[in-house]
Amino acid sequence: MKKTGAEIFIDCLKKLGVKHIFGYPGGVVLNIFDVLYDDKDLKLILTRHEQGAVHAADGYARSTGKPGVVLVTSGPGATNTVTGIATASMDSIPLVVFSGQVSTMLIGNDAFQEADIVGITRPCTKYNYLIKDVNDLSHIIREAFHIATTGRPGPVLVDLPKDVTSNKASPLCSDEVKVRSYNPTYEGNKWMIRRAALEIEKSKKPVIIAGGGVILSDASAELKTLAEVAGIPVTMTLMGLGAFPGSNKLSLGMPGMHGTYYANKAIQESDLLIAIGMRFDDRVTGKIAAFAPHAKIVHIDIDPTSIRKNVRVDIPIVGDAGRIMRDLNKAIQKETKKQWNEVRKAWLKQINTWKKQYPLSYTYSDEVIKPQFVVEKIYEITKGNAIISTEVGQNQMWAAQFFKYDKPRSLLTSGGLGTMGYGFPAAIGAQLANPNRTVIDIAGDGSIQMNIQELATAVIYKLPVKVAILNNHFLGMVRQWQELFFRERYSYSNLDVVPDFVKVAEAYGAVGLRATKPDEVEPVIKESLKVKKPVFMDFVVDWKEKVYPMVPAGAAIDEMLFEEKEGKKEKKKLKAVK
Amino acid sequence: MRHTISVLVENKFGVLSRVSGLFSGRGYNIESLSVGETTDPQISTMTVVTRGDDRIIEQITKQLNKLIDVIKVVDLVEVDHVEREMILIKVAPKQENKAEVLRLAEIFRGRIVDSSQRTYTVEITGDEKKIEAFIELMRPIGIKELVRTGRVAMAREGVKPK
Repeated sequence: MKKTGAEIFIDCLKKLGVKHIFGYPGGVVLNIFDVLYDDKDLKLILTRHEQGAVHAADGYARSTGKPGVVLVTSGPGATNTVTGIATASMDSIPLVVFSGQVSTMLIGNDAFQEADIVGITRPCTKYNYLIKDVNDLSHIIREAFHIATTGRPGPVLVDLPKDVTSNKASPLCSDEVKVRSYNPTYEGNKWMIRRAALEIEKSKKPVIIAGGGVILSDASAELKTLAEVAGIPVTMTLMGLGAFPGSNKLSLGMPGMHGTYYANKAIQESDLLIAIGMRFDDRVTGKIAAFAPHAKIVHIDIDPTSIRKNVRVDIPIVGDAGRIMRDLNKAIQKETKKQWNEVRKAWLKQINTWKKQYPLSYTYSDEVIKPQFVVEKIYEITKGNAIISTEVGQNQMWAAQFFKYDKPRSLLTSGGLGTMGYGFPAAIGAQLANPNRTVIDIAGDGSIQMNIQELATAVIYKLPVKVAILNNHFLGMVRQWQELFFRERYSYSNLDVVPDFVKVAEAYGAVGLRATKPDEVEPVIKESLKVKKPVFMDFVVDWKEKVYPMVPAGAAIDEMLFEEKEGKKEKKKLKAVK
Repeated sequence: MRHTISVLVENKFGVLSRVSGLFSGRGYNIESLSVGETTDPQISTMTVVTRGDDRIIEQITKQLNKLIDVIKVVDLVEVDHVEREMILIKVAPKQENKAEVLRLAEIFRGRIVDSSQRTYTVEITGDEKKIEAFIELMRPIGIKELVRTGRVAMAREGVKPK
């Protein structure tokens, strides 16, 4: 018996194990929504904006490792997904986005709600399709999931013209997917792995930089073994936080622009840098010419284009981070472990000295809430056992610095694209996938307003997401740069009128709480965790606070600016430490 | 340095734009690009002529390989190969130069494919040097119009890589 494209579509998704779709209806996808109406097993989460749907699917994917699925209509519905898709693309997050399209005979006619979304998303998807024949539907859906989730993951878009969803075809759903021109490499080159092992045995001052690839490859256990067996300190990029326990004594926290001094210093002084599943983003390397000048670089990545794109590499190993580390752990001669402990002792001691000399810090105040204090309190009260999402700006950096992520998939943040408005919908998606976990979005008053409409989604689906708004009435990171590098000319970074977030929350049927004094912070967080509803916590924080330490643009990563303690004048001075 | 890269791709709509989009999106140059079906109608060959240092060329070939529709990438600089381009050139010689055009076309083993009272259209095939030399010779005579196919290239058989 033949079925309609819409029925085949839903059947295929269910066969692929999809439980939730994030989406928004519209004219050309009504056939699909009509089938969904009767379906008991496949639930659509109706967001309030298509961008919110994609970020929510992204949060769902990051927190579980399963692909996020989105369904939107043509034209504006499809174009509204672009920021979400680009966000997922930059961070290698598996998404499959289905967009409606006008009927095949109307394509190219500038029809109502027509947009060339395949053309628009070509540079920000891993791959995309326009289905022209209902007979291609089932195998393209399978292929889309296959491409999104294998190799270096990424978003895939499938454009579904209206007639494809109403035309009929035999519901053949082949299980096998084979794309002849797409064969990712998983196994690392044995000879290169052997060479890397020899370098590790020889090295006196090694450092591991772990990136998001370790999390995507579910390779935290292998990383821990590698670090602990070989006694190598680990620093994690923003995307890699949680890949290795942040509270482990070998952890150096995050490197780079707002990283820890000791992570940066360790990289600069190291004789061997083992980069795993990271791509040497400019926020990590600072001035490339001065980056890790004494180190041999081993680079493990599944994407060959990441290797030698930004920095020189001595030992490239293309493949899956987990498998390569497993092989590497086998290749390392364990009998020499004692020997290393002797050799590495001096190195770890040196790193500890740096840790003591320049720890992450801020100046606590009794009068005004310091944003870092809020993050620290969240860490303390949740015992680090929450899923944290962030927006972008100062909130993101403080969330990276003052919360120690012990488990992978516990920090959801837009690292590559830096999308404000990401955190809240991502938290909603993560909460849906993890109903028993505490999910907290650490936000700014600017970012939260970029997708604040999703409060309705959180309320309706009873997703008790908590949002900690570090409210400084400014676009804080912009303001910080203007203060430091633009003579305090705060050009359009002052948000002036910020809504009463407590009232906004209440207006949507959520709970709003506010803290204006440091001693109110703890009760507000505790109260929010008790409530089984979405909560906005409005923390009125010190607007003058800046993210430190900081590597100015164009500087080497160990040329960091610090906050000067006990500022002699009212204006804090900066000093650079080399 | 200039590289001629031969790219075997799936013959699907949108592939050309994926390849050209890769070049424009990442700021690489395309000096010429030609596309055509192979003996297998599902596969096309693209010949891309581009320029860049070793690091850029390495990125270009890796990025091309990363495209889902790309089956195979060969940087022909690494192998002995033949390159050809065809041009159609319409010249409007003065009366006293008409014989010169015919003579030069013959020397370059070209063909007159169209003629009018005032113009000749010449077809020339060859490698870059030959094409450039012919164009230079025609310039003082008076070029009215010029179209180039862009280069196509193929590795020689039975020759070891350089």
